[in-house]
Amino acid sequence: MRPFDYQRAERLEHAAQLAADDDTMALAGGTNLIDLMKLQVETPQTLVDIGRLSLGEIADEGDGLRIGALASNTATAAHARVRSDYPVLARAILAGATQQLRNKATTGGNLCQRTRCYYFTNIDQPCNKREPGTGCGAIDGIAKLHAVLGTSPHCIATYPGDMAVALAALDATVEIAGDSHERSVPVREFHRLPGDTPERDNVLEAGEIITSVTLPAPVGGTQIYRKVRERSSYAFALCSVAAVIDMADNRFTRADLAFGGLAHKPWHDPRIADLLVGSEPSPALFDKAADLLLEDARGYGENDFKIPLARRTLTAVLCEATGVEA
Amino acid sequence: MSVHCKQDAPDERNVLDSTKQGVLGEPLERPEGLLKVTGTATYAAEFDAESCLEGVLVTLPVVRGTITSIDRESVLQMPGVVAVITDERLTGRAAQGMAGEAPFQPAQQVCYWGQPVALVVAESFEEARDAAKHLSVECNADEGDAPLDPDTVEAEQRKPTKNGDLAHAMTQAAHSVDATFTTDGHASAAMEPHAAMAQWDGQSLTVHASLQMLKFNRAELADSLNLKEKQVRLIAPYVGGGFGSKLGISQETVGASLAAMKLGKPVRVVMSRQQVFQTIMRRSETTQRVRLAADSEGRLTGFGHEARVSNLPGEEFAEPVLQSSQFLYGGDNRLLQLEVARIHRMTAGSVRAPGEAVGVQTVEQAMDMLAEKAGIDPVELRLRNIPERHPAKDKPYSSRKLAECLREGASAFGWKDGPRKPRHTREGEWWIGSGVASAARIHAVVEAKARVTLRPDGTALVETDMTDIGTGTYAILGQVAGEMLGLSLDDVEVRLGDTDMPPGSGSGGSFGASSCGSAVFLACEGLRDTLAEKLGIEASDLSLKDGFALWENEKKSIAEVLDGKAIEEIGHFEPGKSTEDYAVASFGAFFAEVAVNHWTGETRVRRMTGAFGFGRVLNARTARSQCLGGMTWCIGNALTESLLFDPTDGHLANCDLAEYHVPVHRDVPDLEVVLLEERDAAASPIQAKGVGELGLCGGAGAIANAIYDACGARVFAYPMTPDRVLAAMPDK
Ligand SMILES: Cc1cc2nc3c(=O)[nH]c(=O)nc-3n(C[C@H](O)[C@H](O)[C@H](O)COP(=O)(O)OP(=O)(O)OC[C@H]3O[C@@H](n4cnc5c(N)ncnc54)[C@H](O)[C@@H]3O)c2cc1C
Ligand code: SF4
Repeated sequence: MRPFDYQRAERLEHAAQLAADDDTMALAGGTNLIDLMKLQVETPQTLVDIGRLSLGEIADEGDGLRIGALASNTATAAHARVRSDYPVLARAILAGATQQLRNKATTGGNLCQRTRCYYFTNIDQPCNKREPGTGCGAIDGIAKLHAVLGTSPHCIATYPGDMAVALAALDATVEIAGDSHERSVPVREFHRLPGDTPERDNVLEAGEIITSVTLPAPVGGTQIYRKVRERSSYAFALCSVAAVIDMADNRFTRADLAFGGLAHKPWHDPRIADLLVGSEPSPALFDKAADLLLEDARGYGENDFKIPLARRTLTAVLCEATGVEA
Repeated sequence: MSVHCKQDAPDERNVLDSTKQGVLGEPLERPEGLLKVTGTATYAAEFDAESCLEGVLVTLPVVRGTITSIDRESVLQMPGVVAVITDERLTGRAAQGMAGEAPFQPAQQVCYWGQPVALVVAESFEEARDAAKHLSVECNADEGDAPLDPDTVEAEQRKPTKNGDLAHAMTQAAHSVDATFTTDGHASAAMEPHAAMAQWDGQSLTVHASLQMLKFNRAELADSLNLKEKQVRLIAPYVGGGFGSKLGISQETVGASLAAMKLGKPVRVVMSRQQVFQTIMRRSETTQRVRLAADSEGRLTGFGHEARVSNLPGEEFAEPVLQSSQFLYGGDNRLLQLEVARIHRMTAGSVRAPGEAVGVQTVEQAMDMLAEKAGIDPVELRLRNIPERHPAKDKPYSSRKLAECLREGASAFGWKDGPRKPRHTREGEWWIGSGVASAARIHAVVEAKARVTLRPDGTALVETDMTDIGTGTYAILGQVAGEMLGLSLDDVEVRLGDTDMPPGSGSGGSFGASSCGSAVFLACEGLRDTLAEKLGIEASDLSLKDGFALWENEKKSIAEVLDGKAIEEIGHFEPGKSTEDYAVASFGAFFAEVAVNHWTGETRVRRMTGAFGFGRVLNARTARSQCLGGMTWCIGNALTESLLFDPTDGHLANCDLAEYHVPVHRDVPDLEVVLLEERDAAASPIQAKGVGELGLCGGAGAIANAIYDACGARVFAYPMTPDRVLAAMPDK
């Protein structure tokens, strides 16, 4: 760990001003940032602790819900309205990390958590995300955790989180504030694909702070979060599916799906809902949905299995939601 | 005074069955338990000394090479930095268990990725850590000549065991199995990282360390530093898990000692979790071919087990995969062959139950395949193949509870008899199945001494440099002494983990309890003789209970007998011929029920039963805990644990507890342990064998067999992660 300055922000604008400096990073729960600082993956000169800002509230916002950037994962998952109106979100959060981590982890920090790529977290290895231009250690290395969708020759990392996958299915919005501006970005557009700038995980600009995430009015339906992992808890997703599904007269009326563990972002493909909505559920239809999802999928050896696994997991989720037997 | 016993013959007296206290074997809580769960037991890194400096090891991201220069000036100006230690005595690898001599030196010769090459010492840990990352080290890399892949290099063959003609037996067999399995590398992953705090007074060195076998460690450290053994004192009253990784000294102990000697101040070195993973002993990955030939009734006529393991050039240790294949099952035509591939990964050494921990499960899978071919119940198949005498050496077994464990385990588990076909039960998305495996682990004993003192107040003190690595040594040594001296555990004080005390066996190879327990037992026999003498009676007429001496119709408190004078004895146990004349081993059986997800291949163990016979049970609670720990390792071994090495530069990629997947609580269901009482007279004077490792020798095979029984996926690679299970799933 490099020595660093510590500043505590008392006001949002203050935090944004400080964070505008390239060598400054915002500190929330610290469960990701501090680990990475110890490994010298992150080497900010200044940490601006945003923990005192009043961004922890979870409150109604019209018919929807606003979850403050500093609300803990535990508080969000336990919130009565989250549990009743957005159960996929509660389930996704509870499928992640451990109770102790979730007690510290925050909404903003969770959205911005960095990849678990082994080469990214080891400063003695090449990694374009950590040090642009050094190459990608994972492409010819240990890539079991890595992406099969939306990869680039520069980076095949995944966004590792669970919460954001549910938020993508729910079409939530990230509220962002800068020193003198505010803007809203749909969660589905918040994370980026690596392209030739894998160092950028998401669309936040220097000096921007996430203030909250807003959820649209509840849509009901069957809500499922399915996470496939190597052990039953405390492991990142090999593949995950968040689903908000509704049916009428044995036809899909809603099929909002998002996928984790497959790409550099929570993966959302609008064509899947277009295909499903209005159709009768059947194994053949589910196969077509998987075909769409995986049309451009590409494995890197060790993670080839994710392609059939994603198909099977999607099928399992659709079977569970519709009662169809495969 | 001292009582010495080199055990050349079985001890059939079973003295501990005629003593009166009734404390031995009881499921007593460990006396230090409260200290541990309240965080007040002091571990190596928690000892403090005035003006203690902090050292951080500098590791090099090079797989092979020679250090040409280390630029101390690059960090000496940094805040807080006191020194850079680059001494030739710094060790590059961990010492193998019971080496008793310095491990590989100098550290400047780099042999694997992440090897420590220097130590930076600073006033604070943070300063040392930062400086360690800044130290500029020049290395003449020689990576071209550093093979990394164990499958593609030439291997050295060890001496095989050959009887008859296995190849012929295979062709003649009514049923045969020829299967090749792989197991990935394992880490010990002990909770307490490697740590040492060293103090030097100009003459002698005192090190608070986290080590398992102090008498050997003292010799290793003295040899590393060119000191005399008597100049070195090691203190390790508590060790936060070892699992083999602390059998020999490692770089932190040598580094802290050298720095303390050079700087004249106390120095502490604690490895980071990543360093522990990257530089401490690994269990070798293995490739194993198992061949079984059987007659039409499933009786083995041939047994073959060949394994390839790996280690660094120059390391003698080779994961002894075939150890229990020597004696577990019969078959006249035998071939056991081990080979070692030389590759550049960190040292391979003992990780809990070296050999059997990966060698039994593959044989047990092959047995399952044979049972299916022969149409015989898998339990029955095993029962049919328990040999009368050691199949290769033709000697008798000392005692063996294998059949009882299979039967009683089956009944406790609710095993359904009969030949099996997979995919018989489905609950929703989950296939449910069960599997069985035998357990076997060689028995070992090691020379051990312990001093027992009866103090004037009638209480006892037990002293030995033996360690407690979380296993319950404090409790069981107290119980042996209490049983022999007629005292409750409250009246026996046990002091461990200090080389100023008589040298015990150390904790390793499951031999600690029987070896040190025997030393304590011998000392107590001596004390009983002295008490009898004081009373003017024969020792055989003396009973001791609740602090009183009882003989004929008389009764006198021990304190009264002592009459104000303490008496002490040193018990000295040495292994002799008894363990050579017999095949001595611990046995058991595992039964597992798993659920395999049809869609994802995720496997969850739903319940598991282990039945074990390991000689005398010294404490039913701590013995059970050892079995539970072993069975938990079975789950990790079967489903999740795997060291991932980069194919290009050989570095270990998953080097923390988030990415090296030991089972979490949710992966471990209720585990049932059935302990079978047994007396093994050849094993030790207290008729006890080892239990610490038995619980993980074979159980992964029961899980693998259950996976097959559940969903029909016969997986040949451990761990059986979802991708591997899915790939083997029939009609995907
Ligand atoms: C062992 C382990 C296992 C885990 N397993 C899982 C898992 O299975 N699933 C899962 O989803 N997660 C998992 N996590 C990740 C965990 O969810 C994240 O570490 C956590 O959510 C991060 O939140 P934090 O508040 O601690 O963020 P911090 O560590 O404080 O910050 C993380 C990043 O976010 C930035 N940041 C924080 N708040 C804001 C803000 N308001 N605006 C702008 N930037 C901000 C910081 O600058 C930093 O770059 C695991 C973590 C660990 C350590
Ligand atoms: S996959 Fe991305 S994060 Fe991983 S090494 Fe390659 S560039 Fe770095």
